[in-house]
Amino acid sequence: MWFSDPNIVTDTAKVVHETAKKTDTSWIMHHVLDSREIDLTPFGVIHLPQLHLFGMDVSITKHVVFMWIAAIVLIVTFIKVSKSYKKSLIPKGATNLTETMIMFVRDEIAKPNIGKGFEKFLPFLLTVFFFILTCNFLGLLPYGSTATGNISVTATLAIISFIVIQGGGMMKNGVFGYFKGLLPHGLPTWLIPIMFIVELLGLFTKPFALAIRLFANMTAGHIVILALLGLIFILHTYVVIPVSIAFALFIFLLEVLVALLQAYIFTMLSSLFIGMAYHQEH
Amino acid sequence: MEFAYLAAGFGAALTVIGGAFGIGKLASSAMEASGRQPEAAGDIRTSMIIAAALIEGISLFALVICILLALK
Repeated sequence: MWFSDPNIVTDTAKVVHETAKKTDTSWIMHHVLDSREIDLTPFGVIHLPQLHLFGMDVSITKHVVFMWIAAIVLIVTFIKVSKSYKKSLIPKGATNLTETMIMFVRDEIAKPNIGKGFEKFLPFLLTVFFFILTCNFLGLLPYGSTATGNISVTATLAIISFIVIQGGGMMKNGVFGYFKGLLPHGLPTWLIPIMFIVELLGLFTKPFALAIRLFANMTAGHIVILALLGLIFILHTYVVIPVSIAFALFIFLLEVLVALLQAYIFTMLSSLFIGMAYHQEH
Repeated sequence: MEFAYLAAGFGAALTVIGGAFGIGKLASSAMEASGRQPEAAGDIRTSMIIAAALIEGISLFALVICILLALK
């Protein structure tokens, strides 16, 4: 009987190992990572120009093009929305949708977390929210690629967030007062150096976590969908098609939710850190 | 020795166990709290989603390390 064969474990392991060695899964990484050409597969390939400036490689890549597309979409939408307020104060259509989202960011994210004086930070929070949302959604369209699935893009957003947090805190409390306010009051003197180092490290780990959270959420969803759909090609059967497509569809819907949620979480955590740096008395 | 793949698989599985355990406990207390005071259900739902995203952020740190291992 097959289950009393003493070599069953090693034989199965050998077959799996042989199949795995013959399978080529480099196309998963090719779809998820950045590349120097835009690959519109049945129609051709667009090669993007390579530029070198002062020895640094600033060539245009796929993610850069999609960030520009997101920026153009946002600029056109918001100019149209702001112009429509001249005609009538009651919004309709796209203006209504945009106004609802802006009020959501203002009333649920900025005001409760920052408290008094939140208007100064509102342009930054709105920009970050809408930019991340648009980039995430562009990645879900056919032939689209997620610019926020690149660690450089999310690291840049986190660094800008870090500058806004520290700058806001230092403008309100003064440079020395800001560092003094990092320590909780009522500490014995010998604890102060240790707590200072710990709080300083905490200042740096929070934006780092923001960057990694956004990057990993966006990339992981795409990898799972590609792997599930690739099962059809790896197993070379027609039987797997309905199962594979059903699972991939479910993960795709989950990814739409994750796109919205990650934009909200990035904005909310940024506003929370701004509030903690701005009003240090809490 | 191709233990990198084995390590990546084990790492991902352990991370999923930890993350699912944490989010499950979070969801159960959120349900209980909503049942006790239905008027606070909106606030509880918002806090639950925020905490779930933070826990998921941690498990995705480990996932990134596993992907780095598997790609070596």
